[in-house]
Amino acid sequence: MTEALGSLLIKGARLLDETTADVLVADGRIAEIGTTPGATGTADTTIDADGLVLLPGLVDLHTHLREPGREDAETVLTGSRAAAVGGFTAVLAMANTSPVTDTAEAAERVFDLGRAAGLVDVQPVGAVTKGLAGAELAELGLMARSRARVRVFSDDGRCVHDARVMRRALEYVKTFGGVISQHSQDPALAGPTACCHEGELSGRLGLPGWPGVAEEVIVARDVMLARHTGSRVHVAHVSTAGSVEMVRWAKAQGIDVTAEVTPHHLLLTTDLLATENGGYDPTYKVNPPLRPAEDVEALRDALADGTIDAVATDHAPHARHDKEHAFVDAAFGMLGLETALPLVATVMVETGRLDWAGVARVMSTNPARIAGLDSEHGRPLATGEPANLTLVDPAAVATVDRDDSVSLSRNNPWHGRTLTGAVRATLLRGVPTVLEGALQ
Amino acid sequence: MTRHLLSIDDVDAAAMAEIFDTAAEMHDVQRRAVKKLPALRGRTVINLFFEDSTRTRSSFEIAGKWLSADVINLSAKGSSASKGESLRDTVLTVTAMGVDGLVVRHGASGAAHQISQWVDVPVINAGDGMHEHPTQALLDTYTLTRRLGSLEGKHVAIVGDLTHSRVFRSNVKALLELGASVTAVAPPTLMPAGIDDWAKAAGFATSYELDPVLPSADAVMMLRVQRERMSGGYFPTAREYTVGYGLTRERLGLLGADTPILHPGPMNRGLEISADAADSVDRSVVLDQVSAGVAVRMSVLYHLLAGEETP
Repeated sequence: MTEALGSLLIKGARLLDETTADVLVADGRIAEIGTTPGATGTADTTIDADGLVLLPGLVDLHTHLREPGREDAETVLTGSRAAAVGGFTAVLAMANTSPVTDTAEAAERVFDLGRAAGLVDVQPVGAVTKGLAGAELAELGLMARSRARVRVFSDDGRCVHDARVMRRALEYVKTFGGVISQHSQDPALAGPTACCHEGELSGRLGLPGWPGVAEEVIVARDVMLARHTGSRVHVAHVSTAGSVEMVRWAKAQGIDVTAEVTPHHLLLTTDLLATENGGYDPTYKVNPPLRPAEDVEALRDALADGTIDAVATDHAPHARHDKEHAFVDAAFGMLGLETALPLVATVMVETGRLDWAGVARVMSTNPARIAGLDSEHGRPLATGEPANLTLVDPAAVATVDRDDSVSLSRNNPWHGRTLTGAVRATLLRGVPTVLEGALQ
Repeated sequence: MTRHLLSIDDVDAAAMAEIFDTAAEMHDVQRRAVKKLPALRGRTVINLFFEDSTRTRSSFEIAGKWLSADVINLSAKGSSASKGESLRDTVLTVTAMGVDGLVVRHGASGAAHQISQWVDVPVINAGDGMHEHPTQALLDTYTLTRRLGSLEGKHVAIVGDLTHSRVFRSNVKALLELGASVTAVAPPTLMPAGIDDWAKAAGFATSYELDPVLPSADAVMMLRVQRERMSGGYFPTAREYTVGYGLTRERLGLLGADTPILHPGPMNRGLEISADAADSVDRSVVLDQVSAGVAVRMSVLYHLLAGEETP
């Protein structure tokens, strides 16, 4: 990667207030923003940003980097590459690795791997409970005090279903301003075989159903626990209209709750599993499952009106053979880092539901704030701020080819789809990690 | 005929009529002293069973052998995931031996469907999880057709654990395709999710009560109810299930004197079906179903494999 921290001039970029400006980057920060063309002077490197939108670097609250444990599916380095290509400058790496990130040492290991890769800030998420077993609290405080400064805790993939454990976790993280990111799935209502939205289609296909209510009862419980404890809860990958209603209500009550939605839940629907659409394709097996169009519509509305704070990818790479089982036995999850921005652009911007300032809010500012990374990421585009930046071509139209990915995995549900919007450049503290859409 | 038989969706009424015609001829063969036909001589059919089965596997085995195919039974019990091998690898390994057709039974819904996308030989679904069991529905409707003539306008009640039943899912499609009307009867806990929407779109009826359905039924299909469902909270006790949904001696009085009673087996006598119903000489067609099973599977194997060029 580029080491020289020379100055860099982004020429003619569209800013979030729709004005056009030249942005000079030096010493890892925004040195100057000039709205008079040519007045900002020269630099060692110039990026022609004519027609491009400049965003604060994207922040992903929910990424699976698989290292340690499943380096055949993804590593911190390859996942960082995918993140940079996707326009991200920071990602939160989920704790369900092997071993689990449930100690300070494990968190620092992931943190250090991220810094060594040097493409995005890899911020480890700590497990809420030891071994993700849902019984005893992990060393939350030691992880928080470690070099990795863990602030987000999640047993992602498993729900902290015991209300007593969830209550204690919420109370405990108040010490250091932490947050519990909950994978909301009542295991009594959506057990280990649940693999498909419970509804008419799961009934016909004979697939074990994962009903929306299994998510909604946990969201409802958790917002009440957040109110009771005066703590902060984050609802990971909201997938149903009912959960949206719960979050909307909780926010109206002043409860400290935030929520994220994945790009795939903003577009893909459960009927992709129907036999007339190919049938039982594990590419579309994800947790929580793809839902019907009514839920998708509610999620888009909620993202637009701010009920849902952030888009988070739930990037979940899997080795090919882990998806080549019978549907119920196949691994959950799909790739997401490289396609998140084009997806949001296609679903939310092209349709007029969000402007680019809105995209900056849901993909950078809000996630950075939720994760406690807001001293470095999700900052305003202003002089003196860290130059964590993403340049987007809003007009680019491209068809996704899974073989173009820099991820180690190919479980890409977007293969063959044509999307609008493309990341052209990513800067991490002023250093380009991606230029002309290509990894540096 | 389609290349595979994965679901009843693969056969329309015309294709079913064709299968039934051939099955009737095969049925006659069953009564001969020498039962072998040369139709599939030199062909190899693998019964690839990922789930235990005695009757379906034997039925396919006999059907293949009477058509002179070499039939090999492969038991691949236990999910391939637990053995560290993907389903795709298992299936490609088996087909690489040089087979002409796969008969697949798997505990997971959709398995046969997925397998058909990985191999280049015809795949016959011998039951996939809770999804479908198309040859069972074909043998059931064949049995009914022989008994009742055309099923157009006939009313068939399907009773029992609909949620977990691939027999139900295939039969409801087959019966509707053949013009019958269907009422699916079960307590709400044993009805598939969203069945009301499905029933509305497909054109069948549902009922939580059995008694009002029986008097107008031209046939009754009883489904097996597994006792372990009680621990899942699907119903409180066997006694309560029988009172609500069992084909008891008392309920036989609501049926016509020769209304056929079907059961795919194995029967839980005393739970979903009483001995009086199972052994009713004029009504029970349970053993006819078994014998029709061989004929129908011969017919299916013949239609899917006899026309295939040997690779």
